[in-house]
Amino acid sequence: MLDVLLGSLGNLISAESAAYALAAIGLGIHFGYAGLLNFGQAGFMAIGAYGFAIFTRFVDPTTQFGWPSWLSLIAAILFAVVCSVIFALILGIPTLRLRGDYLAIVTIASAEIVRFVARTQDLTEVTGGSQGIRGTDYKGDINASNPFADGGWLHWVASGPLESLSSNNGWYTFLSWVLVIVAVVLVWGLMRSPWGRVIKGIREDEDAVRSLGKNVYSYKMQALVLGGVMGAIAGILFIFPRAVQPDSFATTLTFNVWTALLLGGAATVLGPVLGGVLFWFLLSFVRGLIAELHGLGIFGTMSASQAGQLAFVAVGVALVVLVVFRPQGIMGNKKELSFHV
Amino acid sequence: MSDTQITHPLVDGPVGPGCKKVDPIVIADGVKRQFGGLTAVDVAHVEIPRNAITALIGPNGAGKTTFFNLLTGFDKPNEGNWQLDDQSLANVPAYKVARRGMVRTFQLTKSLGRLTVLQNMLLGARDQRGERFLSALLPFLWGRQERANVERADDLLRRFKLHEKREDFAASLSGGQRKLLEMARSLMSDPRLVMLDEPMAGVNPALTQSLLDHVLGLKDEGMSVLFVEHDMHMVRHISDWVIVMAEGKVVAEGPPESIMQDQAVVDAYLGAHHDTDLGTLTNQQVVQIEQEAAAELASTDEEEKA
Repeated sequence: MLDVLLGSLGNLISAESAAYALAAIGLGIHFGYAGLLNFGQAGFMAIGAYGFAIFTRFVDPTTQFGWPSWLSLIAAILFAVVCSVIFALILGIPTLRLRGDYLAIVTIASAEIVRFVARTQDLTEVTGGSQGIRGTDYKGDINASNPFADGGWLHWVASGPLESLSSNNGWYTFLSWVLVIVAVVLVWGLMRSPWGRVIKGIREDEDAVRSLGKNVYSYKMQALVLGGVMGAIAGILFIFPRAVQPDSFATTLTFNVWTALLLGGAATVLGPVLGGVLFWFLLSFVRGLIAELHGLGIFGTMSASQAGQLAFVAVGVALVVLVVFRPQGIMGNKKELSFHV
Repeated sequence: MSDTQITHPLVDGPVGPGCKKVDPIVIADGVKRQFGGLTAVDVAHVEIPRNAITALIGPNGAGKTTFFNLLTGFDKPNEGNWQLDDQSLANVPAYKVARRGMVRTFQLTKSLGRLTVLQNMLLGARDQRGERFLSALLPFLWGRQERANVERADDLLRRFKLHEKREDFAASLSGGQRKLLEMARSLMSDPRLVMLDEPMAGVNPALTQSLLDHVLGLKDEGMSVLFVEHDMHMVRHISDWVIVMAEGKVVAEGPPESIMQDQAVVDAYLGAHHDTDLGTLTNQQVVQIEQEAAAELASTDEEEKA
């Protein structure tokens, strides 16, 4: 029991929970601030993950052109970002002139399209098909640019309690949280500016904002692109500690990110971060607990993996309870945000 | 329409539907909007006088709000042209119409509920540097402009007696206060023409007088006002000029004192046979009504064929 709790606590600051947090921050810009219903955040994450992995695998500037590995890393991230911007434009140009529901439908479908394209057999050469892309194919640059590793310029930091920074996983976690902090500062700065005021106004009433001389379409597009880029970067962070698997970008991922966002509070700066961390912790805690209970034979003839699925039942129940009793999330101000669709 | 030609200081020539104004701010020509087979708006020519308060009245379904939406770019006409101070506004999107100085309010108030009253006001200011994405992150670029806007917003809020509500969410205001906020917000952009869609709808009688005074105040500051209203008391009390629409067309125009005596207006509101008792129709009258109905049917048939 204690082991389960400790193991889950270890997950609090893992690279995965950072990826969830960043994806939730992006979704918070969409839903919490601009009122855009994006049900395809997993699609943005997939675009980011595949963009990054494919660029590193095939262009590979480090071996092809002799670039330093940190530069190749940045180039691969930029490539993924450009891909997600194009994806956002394709989604936004036809739908943002229409009512919000249309964006919801289009995003949920296109996220699935991205996943199915990635796992098509005909594209196995590029995307690895349903097998995905192995970690060794794209982790060369990120592992080589760890400044905390032996011989790195920050190696002196990685001593004593911080020693784990010099490992690959420590470096992923560090980089992920740095990017989350950058995103938090960015959102905080934007949302207290006149730009953020227009975005929040659009959430309340598009026509009113239009009647005040603001180009609503352009602002909605900017919000969609910004949140989508954060989703794409979250997708990159998501694949550092694992391999690229098309099915890890299924709709479940989108709804997990939504749960994290609503748990923390949609229109708050720190809510998505808290939600992402807490969601990841609770999920692994419930999973561990179920595994323990399964060991005691409580679930009868169920197999361990069948019982494991019950964790997602708990997620669903938690979401319902949240919506009913605290719709504004943990960080949210009840006066400011109850659900608004 | 009477045979004696009436004149009026706002009008260049004789008074009548579509008459020329001495100094028009808006001129609309042949504006037509159809929803399927229904012609909601079919305005041949209308001019709105500058620095005056013009009321747009008419029975329900006359096309007043649709005409409003067309003028402000919130709806696109099938055909037609209109201009604000010699600048054509046909096919100009709503946000650009607002930037050119023609700002509207809505029949169902659109206050931005989960923004504070002050934020609502600041949203109205035009040409804000901080509203561009890249400069939004650099407060030193827009801080000074923002402070000036806050000052202006505070002045307006004091004038509209909303100042103590400054930090409250707009959703917590009463219906009448929201109307006031919407009007104050539209003034943040220094409009030339303020378009008010039913400013009195749902307003507590206690606030009516102050709202009327604010509308009159707009004129004193050199703005022009066009408003849609059903409240005839308000129309008579504050408007300088009245335009009457019925079935999508401008059927009459005139000063508020005499417009309600116009036969076209009476017909529009009450129907052409309103003073005939249906119980005492003579045969002659019945025949006349039937002929009229047949003629009307024939003309709509022709229109459909054409």
